[in-house]
Amino acid sequence: MLPSAKQRIKTADILLLLLMLFITLLCLLPLVYIISLSLSGKSAAAAGKVTLFPVDFTFYSYKYMLSDHRFFEAFGVSVKRVLLGGAINFVLTILMAFPLAKERSEFKSRNLYIWVIVFTMMFNGGLIPWYMVIKNLHLIDTLWALTLPTAVPIFNVILLMNFFRNLPKEISEAATVDGAGPWRMLLTISVPLAMPAIATVTLFSVVNHWNAFFDGMILMNKQSNIPLQTYIQQLVVQPVISSTTRAEDLINFSQRTFNAAKIVVTMLPILVIYPFLQKYFVSGITLGSVKE
Amino acid sequence: MNKKSNALQYHLMLAPGMLFIIIFGLVPLFGIAIAFQDFIPVKGISGSKWVGLDNFIYMFQLDDSKRILFNTLYISILKMLMQVIVPVGTALLLHELIFNRAKRWFQTIIYLPHFLSWVILAGILTDMLSEQGIVNKLVKGVFGQPVFFLGSNFWFPIVVVLSDVWKEFGFNAIIFLAALTAINPALYEAAEIDGAGRLRKMWSVTLPGILPTIVLITTLNIGQVLNAGFDQIYNLYNPLVYQSGDIIDTYVYRIGLVQYQFGLATAVGSMKSLVGFILIFVSYRLAAKYANYRIF
Repeated sequence: MLPSAKQRIKTADILLLLLMLFITLLCLLPLVYIISLSLSGKSAAAAGKVTLFPVDFTFYSYKYMLSDHRFFEAFGVSVKRVLLGGAINFVLTILMAFPLAKERSEFKSRNLYIWVIVFTMMFNGGLIPWYMVIKNLHLIDTLWALTLPTAVPIFNVILLMNFFRNLPKEISEAATVDGAGPWRMLLTISVPLAMPAIATVTLFSVVNHWNAFFDGMILMNKQSNIPLQTYIQQLVVQPVISSTTRAEDLINFSQRTFNAAKIVVTMLPILVIYPFLQKYFVSGITLGSVKE
Repeated sequence: MNKKSNALQYHLMLAPGMLFIIIFGLVPLFGIAIAFQDFIPVKGISGSKWVGLDNFIYMFQLDDSKRILFNTLYISILKMLMQVIVPVGTALLLHELIFNRAKRWFQTIIYLPHFLSWVILAGILTDMLSEQGIVNKLVKGVFGQPVFFLGSNFWFPIVVVLSDVWKEFGFNAIIFLAALTAINPALYEAAEIDGAGRLRKMWSVTLPGILPTIVLITTLNIGQVLNAGFDQIYNLYNPLVYQSGDIIDTYVYRIGLVQYQFGLATAVGSMKSLVGFILIFVSYRLAAKYANYRIF
């Protein structure tokens, strides 16, 4: 039903708007709450006075965080991981999706590749054998352990492949007539045309790298090597005040507001890139996943 | 002749990616051998003792097995139902909304939680549901008593299902919204001429219009029924709620990497993988047959 500007606004429309507004706010409330908590004073937080606005507004938790070198170490590992892992994902996703989008008549081995890929997506050896392969390759405690096992995001390859397949055939035919080979076709035609889809899958892979905690937990042994989410996970699961905490700090902050501040800083990068990339992903995922 | 050289280029493009898929996807399959061994890491697969099906027999005798299978199915079926009902409902509401600017804003915001990690959300949830948290403040206001949501075997699965809906409903609604926009507007006009009101149109035009998509999504979800969500549960649970919250994946992690029973963990893991593989295969066949869907 396409709404026209002239359509009369009825009570039902207003009620619907309010209902959707309520649902939308429900999505934001927990985030607003944690931000407020991170900006609240210790006693207000402990007394459970914080709801949607900070009580006894203070930046103390954030100031104190500046002295937590482990947080910044972990932040650095995550940034490196996103850059390296994201770049690997970006290149490999495009390189794999392009030939797989060819018809069988153009590329005979296509179906064989697809079967191998889909098989590995569905069937795997499980946690222990996977861990042992990584250990035997001596990747433990290196950045490669976090970036190579996920080098090919298969779901993204399939999304992009479907997008490439929906591009008009005439363009590639015209380019072939003009003498363009596969590489030239990929770089000068398919990639520029697929920018929305590429932006979408890149967003997905960057977010996955930023959000992953489990591989950091089992593949990294040294504290200085663990990524940010793993560090935050340790805080959530084993919330102990470290022995290095100074007495005067304890008077001013609570572990609760301090953890809230760390959680806020950890989700900040997503909140920052999200508005820029989200306009792409709706069209990207719709075109990639829904086929007529 | 040209085709052949093209094909060679295509193989070259695929080579680096396939290398990683083989190393990290296919090679671990040989590790399933561990499931038939009393595996000792220093001795490796070749040096460890073969025990036949002992690990599998032990797995089926274990009291935990039934409980874990039950929890896995219970949580993931509940999630599956909710993740169709709520996103479809949301898509219908958004579709009916005539304020386009507001519609875009709402869409943008409801996708957002999907992009936050379970670590972050578990951190937020744990705090919200703690005794001093915002939720218990409300609960105390109404009932006088706080509720230990994450420490109670009754509440834990409910928290898991509801928080999963909260995180993913907006993102899942995209697919249904896309299906809604594909409905032929002429159908609405025809319904209007026949005197259909708003609700009637929703019921008789919109819902049947997205029914194939609903069937498709549900069918494909069947293949995922043994994945009840490791990241979420691992970050939310604690020994108090192992009874109601332990799922196959968290159990494999605990007995494997925490208690070092590698053989048993691999047996459980490979069993899950096998059943999951069969389920996915069957659900894709069903989807192809009844919803005319093909992944490639």
